[in-house]
Amino acid sequence: MPESALKPAAGRAEFESIVRLENVQKYFGAVQALRDVNLRIGRNEIVGLIGDNGAGKSTLIKVMTGVMPPSSGRIFVRDREIDLSDYSVRMAHDLSIETVYQDRSLADKQPLWRNFFVGRQITNRFGFINIKEEKRIADQILKGAIGFRSSGITVDSTVANLSGGERQGIAIGRAMHYDADLIILDEPTVALAVAEVRKVLDFVRRIKESGRACIYIEHNLAHVHEVADRLVILDRGHVVSEIKPKDMSVIELTEYLISIQHKT
Amino acid sequence: MARPQNPSVFQRVEAMPIITVFVLLLVLFMYLSPEVFLRPYQYTTFLSMLPPIVLIAVGLTFIIGAGEIDLCFPAIIGFSGFVFAFIFQAGPQALVAGLGLSAESWWASPGAAELIRWTALPAALLAGTFCGFINGVLVAKIGIPSFIATLGTQFFWYGMATVLSGGRSYALRGAEESSVWAVLVGRPFASSSIDWVTQIPIQAFWTLIIVVVMWFILNRHRFGEHALFIGDSNAVARVVGIDVDREKIKLFTLMGFLAAIAAVFLTLENKNYFGNQGQGYLLICIASVLIGGTSIFGGRATIIGTVFGAFIIAMVEPGLVAAGLTGAWVNTARGLIFLIAIVFYLYVDEPQRRSAFFTRLVGNRAFGR
Repeated sequence: MPESALKPAAGRAEFESIVRLENVQKYFGAVQALRDVNLRIGRNEIVGLIGDNGAGKSTLIKVMTGVMPPSSGRIFVRDREIDLSDYSVRMAHDLSIETVYQDRSLADKQPLWRNFFVGRQITNRFGFINIKEEKRIADQILKGAIGFRSSGITVDSTVANLSGGERQGIAIGRAMHYDADLIILDEPTVALAVAEVRKVLDFVRRIKESGRACIYIEHNLAHVHEVADRLVILDRGHVVSEIKPKDMSVIELTEYLISIQHKT
Repeated sequence: MARPQNPSVFQRVEAMPIITVFVLLLVLFMYLSPEVFLRPYQYTTFLSMLPPIVLIAVGLTFIIGAGEIDLCFPAIIGFSGFVFAFIFQAGPQALVAGLGLSAESWWASPGAAELIRWTALPAALLAGTFCGFINGVLVAKIGIPSFIATLGTQFFWYGMATVLSGGRSYALRGAEESSVWAVLVGRPFASSSIDWVTQIPIQAFWTLIIVVVMWFILNRHRFGEHALFIGDSNAVARVVGIDVDREKIKLFTLMGFLAAIAAVFLTLENKNYFGNQGQGYLLICIASVLIGGTSIFGGRATIIGTVFGAFIIAMVEPGLVAAGLTGAWVNTARGLIFLIAIVFYLYVDEPQRRSAFFTRLVGNRAFGR
């Protein structure tokens, strides 16, 4: 794995945390989905976000990435407060925050090179795509950052021909190419075979090696325990605790989560 | 997981399967009725008949590629055709009479009449584009499924054309004396000494240019890529930052524009506007697109395939009739070709659906359901 291909997110050391949430609340009608959420994501750490179904993980991510605004609270990106009235997905992209959704990141029937550049095509001023250039760069990303060297995948392969793990790799590689400082992974290992899970976890480690931050949402505690620097546990819209994986084994963690569930 | 090895010719050349089928059919028809298919007149007839079908089918390729459908275009052919025919035929006198100008004024001169006839073109294009835009807004902003939205607007615009025309048809008598006719549907080689060359219609060239431009837009332009991603998955398209609603409005607007061009060609070529013109085009155009290899599920589209699909659909009629079958067989054959093509593409290009189908088949047997 050549170091140059990692594109380290250097030169952005002037901030302390990539994202910080203060007292964020989110209501859907009378239901409170997020309750007094305070959360800080450092510049170069992998934060595992865990919690049961309906704990508010997805809502938290959506609020953080501009998909929906919080009902109240403050959001800081790189220590600077965001004006919530005009925060959007596009703005999150501009602020180098990328989200990789489990099944919504790549278009199945399109070739990889189009998937890399869609939404940010290299075009001339009439909007026509520079296919040669896009393919060249896509090839670099494929061989470099993602490390698909000999598996027979080319930039012309369609996504439908890839395995689940490879898809996650492509989506993560794309996010890294666009110099994302924070990559949010939404359950990337759902429905993957064991060998594929390995690949995905390797991609996650690569995010950290390249100097970026990552929020990793996961159901499977063993996977997230293996790669995360810090685990944030959500329960009914509230951050109940933060745990270092080295302080607690997977089994203890499981017991702990069950005990939270039974507390009312 | 099976990897694609070196792609075969069928995968490398766009629309190769359908081009092969076209050639085979053509050879078959040439063999069965050489007196028709080995002489040039059949082909010059195609060139004057096909442009409206091809233009609409190319627009539909974008729409179906984006996972939508448009059933409104026949009505746009009707409505835009009416706007065109009305201004072209009745416009000059109506203006003079309406403004109360004397017969000696410049507005009553032949030059002014010609000018007014020319305004029929932008007016018709504007009308069609507007119809398409409305379709786009209904689908993207109001959220009506395109099948229903365009079915509704089809009724509306046909109705509108009937109301405004009072149910009349307009015969464009003497249209071929106008420069509008000469430029849009004229016969540029009329002075040639070879008989069939004199019959080559100019709209075939205009259509060719438009088709080439549309090919580049679909395959090389940001807009075409967005259309295919939207057809692949609306959710993915949104996540990667495509403004799905805006692109859908643009798609339907483009469809309306192309249908309007088709309407002008058709009305001028026939030198006649009649109330239900365009009605026969609905299935022919959709069939051309799907026979060509554009996916019924969206996400994959081919302009070249569509053009050859239109050729095949158009060729069936003279082919069967010349071979001695009655015209009644034509639509039967078209339907059959259409279905065979759909099954073929399902089998070849949608491996997931194919395996799902076989799983169902085998599963049903295994579990005795």
